[in-house]
Amino acid sequence: MSDFIPNIHAFCCHYTSQQMCNEGQEELSREGFPENVVINRMVCTGKVQVSNLLKAFEEGADGVYVVGCPEDKCHNLMGSQRAAKRVGAIKKALAELSVEPERIEMFHLERGFHPEFVSVAQEMDKRLRKLGLSPFKGEQS
Amino acid sequence: MIIAERKPVEEIMHMVSSAERILVLGCRGCVSVCSAGGEREVEILASLIRLGKQKEGKKAEVLEGSLVRQCDKEYIDSIDIWEGKYDAIVSMACGVGVNFIANLRPATVVYPGVNTSFFGGSAEQGVWAEQCAGCGNCILHHTGGLCPVARCAKSLMNGPCGGSQDGKCEIHSEVPCVWQLIHDRLARLDRKKDMLEVAPIRDWRPAGHGGPRKVKRDDLSV
Ligand code: SF4
Ligand code: SF4
Repeated sequence: MSDFIPNIHAFCCHYTSQQMCNEGQEELSREGFPENVVINRMVCTGKVQVSNLLKAFEEGADGVYVVGCPEDKCHNLMGSQRAAKRVGAIKKALAELSVEPERIEMFHLERGFHPEFVSVAQEMDKRLRKLGLSPFKGEQS
Repeated sequence: MIIAERKPVEEIMHMVSSAERILVLGCRGCVSVCSAGGEREVEILASLIRLGKQKEGKKAEVLEGSLVRQCDKEYIDSIDIWEGKYDAIVSMACGVGVNFIANLRPATVVYPGVNTSFFGGSAEQGVWAEQCAGCGNCILHHTGGLCPVARCAKSLMNGPCGGSQDGKCEIHSEVPCVWQLIHDRLARLDRKKDMLEVAPIRDWRPAGHGGPRKVKRDDLSV
């Protein structure tokens, strides 16, 4: 495999990212959380706008993902469902630009401390290493 | 209100392929209410155009702006604040806005960012439905306020075609047959006999079949 290290932006709600707040980045890394994933914490993923996620790509992300509560158990009722719809809208727009829609993903995780918080980060890391550099980073003429 | 929907990004990218400085211009009227071309959608489209240009390896500067309305000359005048800063405008207003810019700015390149769909309203969150076709000769007083021109697949004027099933239209099985709705509503209002009145053959000229339409009000013109 190439030694390409993808730049990944994660948008996580307060509830699903508690592990990170409690343990800190260092402890998370020890548990296998990839260091190339930048976590943006927000009160609720329902707050995340399509434009925030697109900005992450503009700022150089090779991939972006959102972690919110389980669809039927969102702390703010519909927040994570809304986030999932917005991620869906970006997948569609990426496809229209002939860019792999898998560069953005939505995950629904239980709140609190779970190994899945680390494993979805690893999953995205693995996926993006395969996909390679973002097509948005082409040389400009 | 006028309902619109953003065009596919690839179509927009094709329009702006030779432009290096693009003004994405929203409208705070109808298209803002139906989330097709307001400030938020301008931000999203501008971002997508920047990304599309980056992907093509092309330099581009994408400006974002929005007007109170794009269907009034006085608001179009305020485009002057971006004078000299763009090669092309992508208007996210309805087709009226795009036409207004083209009418009033002979030297400005303007492209449509949305497909103007119809006159309608919000049926439920995220869903809009057509209600009126702007036919120029409203007959809603005969039909209990429900429009057969816009809402009947065949625009029938004298009752249902007979093909509806379980209250649904024979052409679009997910849409209620508007003539069933009209019948039920008139019955509820104790006006069922209105349905027996035969509507005369229509003159469709006011509906646009006689060329571009105009409304002229002498009391308001100077
Ligand atoms: S009859 Fe004509 S003007 Fe009246 S609602 Fe229907 S389409 Fe609109
Ligand atoms: S089923 Fe009803 S709405 Fe559909 S075409 Fe016939 S009359 Fe019109």
